[in-house]
This record gives sequence, structure tokens and C-alpha cells, in this order.
Amino acid sequence: MQLFPCPFCGPRDETEFHYGGDAGNARPDGTQVPIDRWANYLYLRSNPKGTAREIWVHMTCGEFFVMDRDTVTHNVLSSATLGGEHVA
Amino acid sequence: MTASRLATGGSAIDRSRPIRFSFDGATVHGFAGDTIASALLAGDIAVVGRSFKYHRPRGIWGAGVEEPNALVDVGGPRATPNTRATTEPARDGLVAKSVNATPNALADRNAFLDRFSRFIPAAFYYKTFMWPDWHMFEPRIRAMAGLGKVDTDWTSPGTSDQINHHCDVLVVGAGPAGLAAARLAAGTGLSVMLVDDQPKPGGSLGHRAGGIDGKPAAVWVEETVAELTAGGHLILPSTTAFGIYDHNLVGLNQRHPDGRPDTLWRVRPRQIVLATGAIERPLPFANNDLPGILSADAALAYLRRHAVLVGRRIVVATNNDSAYEVAGALAEAGAEVTLVDIRREGMPATPAKVRLIKGRALAAANGKLRVEGVTLDDGTRLDADCVLVSGGWTPTIHLFGQARGKLAWSEARAAFLPGDPVDGIAVVGAAAGAVSLSEVFANSAKAVASFGQTKAAMPRSTGPEATGGITAAWPMPGSKGRIWIDYQNDVTVKDVELAARENFVSVEHLKRYTTLGMATDQGKTSNLPGLALMAGITGRTVPEVGTTTYRPPFTPVPLASFSGARAGELMAPVRRLPLESVHRDSGALFQEYGGWLRPAHYGGRDAGADGAIQYEALRARQSVALFDGSTLGKIEVIGPQVAEFVDFIYYNTMSTLKPGRCRYGFMLSENGVVFDDGVLVRLDEHRFIVSCSSSHVAAVHARLEEWRQDRFGRDAVHIHNATAEMATLTVSGPNARKLLQTLDFGLSLDDADLPHMAIGHGTYAGDEVRIARVSFTGDRSYEISIRADRAEPLWAHLRQAGQAFDATVIGLEALMILRAEKGFIVIGKDTDGTTLPHDLGLEGPRAKRQTEFVGRRSLFTEEASRGDRLQLVGLTVPQGEAPLPTGAHGIRRSDGKLHSQGFVTSSYQSPTLGRPVALGLIERGAARHGEAIEIQHLGKVRTATIAAPCAFDPAGERLHA
Ligand SMILES: [Zn+2]
Repeated sequence: MQLFPCPFCGPRDETEFHYGGDAGNARPDGTQVPIDRWANYLYLRSNPKGTAREIWVHMTCGEFFVMDRDTVTHNVLSSATLGGEHVA
Repeated sequence: MTASRLATGGSAIDRSRPIRFSFDGATVHGFAGDTIASALLAGDIAVVGRSFKYHRPRGIWGAGVEEPNALVDVGGPRATPNTRATTEPARDGLVAKSVNATPNALADRNAFLDRFSRFIPAAFYYKTFMWPDWHMFEPRIRAMAGLGKVDTDWTSPGTSDQINHHCDVLVVGAGPAGLAAARLAAGTGLSVMLVDDQPKPGGSLGHRAGGIDGKPAAVWVEETVAELTAGGHLILPSTTAFGIYDHNLVGLNQRHPDGRPDTLWRVRPRQIVLATGAIERPLPFANNDLPGILSADAALAYLRRHAVLVGRRIVVATNNDSAYEVAGALAEAGAEVTLVDIRREGMPATPAKVRLIKGRALAAANGKLRVEGVTLDDGTRLDADCVLVSGGWTPTIHLFGQARGKLAWSEARAAFLPGDPVDGIAVVGAAAGAVSLSEVFANSAKAVASFGQTKAAMPRSTGPEATGGITAAWPMPGSKGRIWIDYQNDVTVKDVELAARENFVSVEHLKRYTTLGMATDQGKTSNLPGLALMAGITGRTVPEVGTTTYRPPFTPVPLASFSGARAGELMAPVRRLPLESVHRDSGALFQEYGGWLRPAHYGGRDAGADGAIQYEALRARQSVALFDGSTLGKIEVIGPQVAEFVDFIYYNTMSTLKPGRCRYGFMLSENGVVFDDGVLVRLDEHRFIVSCSSSHVAAVHARLEEWRQDRFGRDAVHIHNATAEMATLTVSGPNARKLLQTLDFGLSLDDADLPHMAIGHGTYAGDEVRIARVSFTGDRSYEISIRADRAEPLWAHLRQAGQAFDATVIGLEALMILRAEKGFIVIGKDTDGTTLPHDLGLEGPRAKRQTEFVGRRSLFTEEASRGDRLQLVGLTVPQGEAPLPTGAHGIRRSDGKLHSQGFVTSSYQSPTLGRPVALGLIERGAARHGEAIEIQHLGKVRTATIAAPCAFDPAGERLHA
């Protein structure tokens, strides 16, 4: 069981977290977005081997955050709040 | 073998506490402190089981977790199949049975299989029973396969505790290396946890000679344990560290002497010290699986711990120094001992009273049901009632391997040792290849040095020092006779040779093809000899062949330890209504709906469930119904940007909603599919309540949070899930207002003040109530929300006041009929994972909205615009016919074939209309009202008429009646 660092709560068991998707998968607004762009946003995932930048949510506090981790070694490199706000 | 209990000695047993238990129906005597195995040995019971495939007689091999042979099924409250007799404490009254033997181990009726062994090589079953079909043979083969029997009548006497724990240093193994490491680590000021799978700490010090700091080893062990305990450090005996998981989480299974179910520990240490020792290997010779052939170290353990002398005329066969102490101790205890060493020189001194034959190996063991002698490789025959073997030591590096530690081959030790270190894990003692106590202590001190300055002194070895001389003796290709490598799975040298011939030369293929190392012992004694043999056959070195992957658990762990309290009702706990007991008193029958336990209907024990439901649905339309809608989601969204937020979240424009008003709407997923529906309430400019489906509250809440944090920011909107805080009691029907007017809520219920889709604020018995005029039945309805803990008096008051109006309490089943009569959908029932909002007739926002909302772009794809989409319709059948089956398909015939054109999603008998009503998703359905359609279910075809979804009061007059 991995230990994930919630930027708000500190290190907690992975069972308390849900995966939220690739970080940086910006949502394109509007009805004129090219359909392949929209499809990429909805379905295309990079699934990198090695360092990945991902969104996770800590279910127990409800906060979403960004985590850098290695998908091979499972080493967690860093975690940060979504907006980069200061967290005590 | 004529084993016996000596009159004195035995550090583990308490002769003042004799015990009796049964093995295969016979009574076995022993003492407290015996294992099942030590008591069986003391009783000279040689055959304790049968092998997996050939049903060969098997005796006890070892004295610990590595045991491949002596598996027993233990009965009683702690019933466990396939328990190792070598680790299971013997208890008074215990009932043990040998495995894989009918009727018992000594007289097994499948023993004939052994005579056909040359026709049953590796993969025999796979190859032979492929034609015509494996499944023809499978049941009978399966009945013969397997070892122990599961007692299907067994129920757990309790629940396994599960404990989460953390410490600075976790030391696994309380032998000399582990104790030294724990003591030195404690001296640095760190918190230490020390676990060991034996009932008492000490490890090899319990039976190997040694002196530490000028004291006998046993005294040093006691003092060290006392010191650690006094320092507040946690020591758990009878506890196996069975796995290391991600980020160095360690799983422990703790057994309790008092018979309580095992305890599972999840420990997160900062540092792990593995002092897990080493396991003795067998030697290869023909019939090396006969009962009476034991690990030499195990024989020493039985002698010194249990005062059991394993034989009278003993041959000790070895390739290394460690057997010399064993031979000497057994001779000292009165046995006639011949030591056969494959080496000619470089050996330790021959112990007193021991006859040494050097430069010779065993070629075969002789005997039928137990060993009667041996033949040496020069043809010499020796009589023996017991043969002890030591083929060298395999460091127990399973946990290190599980933590993805790489192994390094040591030619000097003829074993794999831990290679490059893994972060946070140190391996010490015999597991790291150390032999003498001096080496062991230096090793532990070095590992602990990185933790900090220690106040504890490094222990000094002051007794005889062990030496580690060894000449490898691996199984050789082309050997004569049947030489066992994996005892439990009956894998011989010939099976490995066959695997090599058929090109299963990779170690992972070898394992799967021959089942080498796949038994319950996971090859603790067999893996290394097996892959060394493969190396010999294929002309590779042992490290070139490599090892299989180490996976948890190290030893079998009861499933009950993993499940803990998460069983029965706690497996998936249901959510319960605040008024559950009140409803039970009213005769409610409960069912689970989307995770909530809710009344399905009230009464019905006489009329039957259908009768009760029909009655409730009919009476609700006639006068007034009371319904507990507390499960309805109530998520408050608050903040300066909340109007913009709800516009983005909902398909419908919500920002135009006036304070005090409600609006029905859809939430979509980003792929455009309808995710939830419900009524949004606007309390004031900056405050809304999202009421969502009961089963969707958690998911809706999570989505709101995601968009809030990702798109709007924490200061723009605040979200609070108040679902559990409020009970919602619904009053619905033509007489709903009249009933409510008999209660005083301190607000006007006139339609001018509280029209349909408006809310009012009042009080009841001093508590605030919120009354919303929204309707899920199509009748005039009031949803009254009140603090959950104050709901009971209000409900009682409503019931009492309802008597004057012939009010009925209704359950969820009647409500489902009422809403289906109105064509009101249930998301996930009347919709599926492809349903878009315009499929349900809600086209407006898609066509008109100019602002962004979740799922918007997906509503303008080719797929979303197809003309033949499934659309929500009503389906009617002639009066007198039964309701359509839910799930039945609407069909179209072309080219002599049937094609589905949609399906029935909801279907009920309507007591008010006196005919069935149904909803469905049908191709182009919205444009086909009035058209006939064939409906097929399980081969039967009926005809229905497509209609508007709403079958009752289409003008909606009853909302205001
Ligand atoms: Zn958190």
C-alpha cells in the first residue's frame, strides 16, 4: 500500500485517494472546439512509463491536488495544491 | 526410525503440563511447548502425510516454516487446513488429520499411484487429458488433487483484529542478529518493534551452541528481551512478517496462544531490519523423500528444544560444516552416529563418538514406509533408522526480494545473498550470509550505525564460533533413481530434465511447467536446488538461470486476517434512515436501494407484497400519502460565484432562478450522458441546494468539488453535503395541503404564498423546517426537511393528523409506480450510459444555451445528432393484459431477422388507471406516438403502442388541485 502526501493532510494510505486523471488536461470550452481536440480531452491518456504528473483527490478531506510520481518505481516525487495556494 | 523422548532436557517444553491430542484418530502424548511435529516425533510416528501427486509416504522434514511434508488439517474452533505440523503448537484436545491420504497417512489407498509414476511425468495431466476435452476429466482429477480439506461447516469464533502501527525501526527475526540489531537500535533512542515467528525469541540460539558477553546464549536472550521490554519497545512472538508492500509497508500476522483469531498488523516503519535467518537445504540422492530423513538442523532443534532424539542409528550426510555440531550433539545424547561428508579436506574437527566417512555422498536411501539404511556412492550400505541431511543454507531473503531487492550470487556460500541495498531496508545475520556470531554482531552493528549514535554496546561472542565451509552439492542431470527436489509438489530431477528437453528452460517456465516451488511451502527448500539443476542441465551458472519473483505471503495467512471486521453486514454497510425503527414498528419491509436501507412497502404479510404496493399506490392518489424521502441528496452550494457555478454544472440555465424557487434539471457527464437529475433550490442570491438522487449523493458531491476546485477556485464557491443532517418527510396527494394545515409551521400554505416549485421556511416545535413544493408523484406534494434527530415527533404528528384524511404511508415500490404513471424517469433505470438529454425530450438548453456547461460539446457530435437515437416513450398495452417485462426488446423484422429497436425500462400495473404502464427507450420514439411496436421477451412476442411518457394527468392539473 502506497503512502501519498496530501498537501493538506500529510502522508496517508493510498486507499484514501482516488485518481483524477492526467494533470494539464485542460478543458477546451465552446461548441466550436474541433471534435478530435474534444475527443483527446475526453479519452486520450498519455500513460507514461516513468515520471507522471497526475491529479489525485484525497477522499477524506475532499481536496484535489497535483502529484508527481514514478509509475515504475512508485516513488512519489512531489505533491502540490491545484492552485498553488499556501497550505499550512 | 525409532525416535523417542529423552528423560531430561528440552528448553521449550514444560513437563509438568502433559497434553493429549489426536492424529489420524490415534492418541498422541506430549507436553505444553511441543509442536504437533515434535510430539509426533516423540511418539515415533514416522509417516505423517502423503505427497501431492504420487501419494508417497512422507515424514517430518524440518522444524519450522519451511516444512514441505508435514501438513495437517487441524479441526475445532481454530480449524485450519494444510497447517504445518512443525509450527502449530500442540494443544490438549486438538484434532489433527494428515492431508491427501485416505483413510490415513499410513494406509493410503491412492498409494498405487506411485507405481505408475514413470507414466505421470511433469505436465502429464495437461498433455493426456486434452482430448477430447479437459473438462470431461477435470472433476475426477480435481477430486484426487489438492491436499487438505476445508471444513465447510466451520464458522469463525470471532473477528480478526487489524492494527495499523508505526515505529522507527522494525526488526524482523529475533535470532542473534535481530536481537543485537534491536538492542543497538533502541540504544540510539529510536522506537523499535521486534517480531519473530517462533513462540519464543532467540532463533538459532535456542538450539545452537554459543556464548555471548560471557553468558550462555539463553541468558543473553532473556536479558536482551527484558531490556527491550523495559524500554517500552514492542516485541511480538508468534508473528510472521509475511509481506513488504509499496513504500515499505510491512504486513504481519500474529497468532495468539489463547486461541483468539489471528491479528493482522500493517506496520509503517522508517527503517526495516531483516534478520530472517537461513533455511537448510536437502541433499540429492535417490528416495531422499522417505520418512525418517530430516534436516540436520531440525534434528538438533528437536533434541535441544523438545528433548526428542530422532533415531538410534543415525547417518548424517553433509557438504558443509554446520552438520558437525548436530552429529556431535546426537552422539552425546546416546545415538550411534555416522557422519558422511562429500568433502575430503577442510572440515571441522570430527566430534567425539562420531564415525566420519569423508569424500562420500549418499547415492540412495533404502526402505519402504520409512528409512532403513543408505547406500553410499561407492556402493557401501549402512543401516540407519534415521538419516539427517544438510545441503547448505539458503538465506531467507524473501522479504528483501518482495521489496524489489536484487540478489547477488555467492560462490563461497553457495547461495543468493542480498545485492544492492534497498532504501530503508537492511539485511543482517544469516540472511546476509553471516555465519559466526562475531560476524553476525558486527553485521548488525554496521546496519544500525546509520540510524545514529547508540548507547548500547555491541554484543561479543564468547562461545564456540560456527564456521561456514561448504562444497556445493546440487542435483545432477542423469542421476540414477528418483531424486526429489520439491517434496510437496512431487517434482524430481527427471521432471526438471523433461522441462529442459521441452525447452522450458527459463526459471519462470520451469516453475509453471513442473510446479516446482508452487506448493504451500513456496519452495523454501526446493527452489535453489531446482534452478541449480537447470543450470547444470543447460550449461549455465546459477545466477544466469536466476530466481523466480518473490511475492507475498511468505507463509500462508488466513483470509480471516485480511477480511478482519469487513464481513457480513460490515462488508458493504448500508446507510440507514433516521426513522428506521419507526418504520419497522409500522410493519415496513426493508430493501436496499442504492446503498440505503428503505421501506419497500408497509404490511403486505397478508395481501402479499404486490397487493400491499398496489394498495399504497392507489390510496396515494385518492387522498394523501406520507413518504420518508430522507435519502434525497441535499448538497448546499454557497458563494459569490455560485450562480455561474450552477449554470456550468447543470444542463439547464439555473442562474435565472428566483430566490425561494426550485427548478428541475439534469447534470451531464463531459461525454454528454445524463448523469443525474433533481431539483435545484435557490435559497438566496448566493445559496443553492442541489438535491440529487439518493444513490448519487457521494458522486455528485465529488463532481461539484472537482469543478469547484479545478475551474472556479476555493473562494468562489463553498460546498457542504448536508444530506445526513436533514430528514425529509413528504406529504403528497389531493389532501396534502389540508393535512398540513392541521399542523402549525408558522407559514402560509396558500398557493399564492407557496406555489408549486417554491419553498417556504417555517418552524416545527421550535426547529426550523424547510417546506418545498416539488412533486415526484404528479400530485400536490410538500417535502418537509427538518433536523434528522427531530424528525420522529413530526412524522408521528403527520401520521396522527393523517388519520382524519385516511392517509397512507407508502414505501419506495408504490412511489416507483406513481412516478412511472407520470413518465418521471429514474436515472440509470430509464436511462443508460448512452442517453443524452435530448433523448429524454429536453432539447431546449442544447438548442438555446449560449454559456458553457458540463458535457456541452458532446451534444453536438455526429453520434449525438443521429436520427435513429433511442428516445424516451411510454408503452401501452390493452386493458386486461399483464405489464410488459422490464428489459423486453422492441423489435423490427427485416431480412427474416429480428432487430432490436430499444427496450422497456420501467413497467408496472397502475391501480389508478387499471392497466399497465411502461416506459422505454425506443428508436425515434418521440416521433412515433400512436404507432404499434412488437415487444419480445424470452421468445414471446406481444404488441404495444408507443405513447407519450406521461400516462396520467398529462396536463398536470393535479399539482394544483
Ligand atoms: Zn487531505
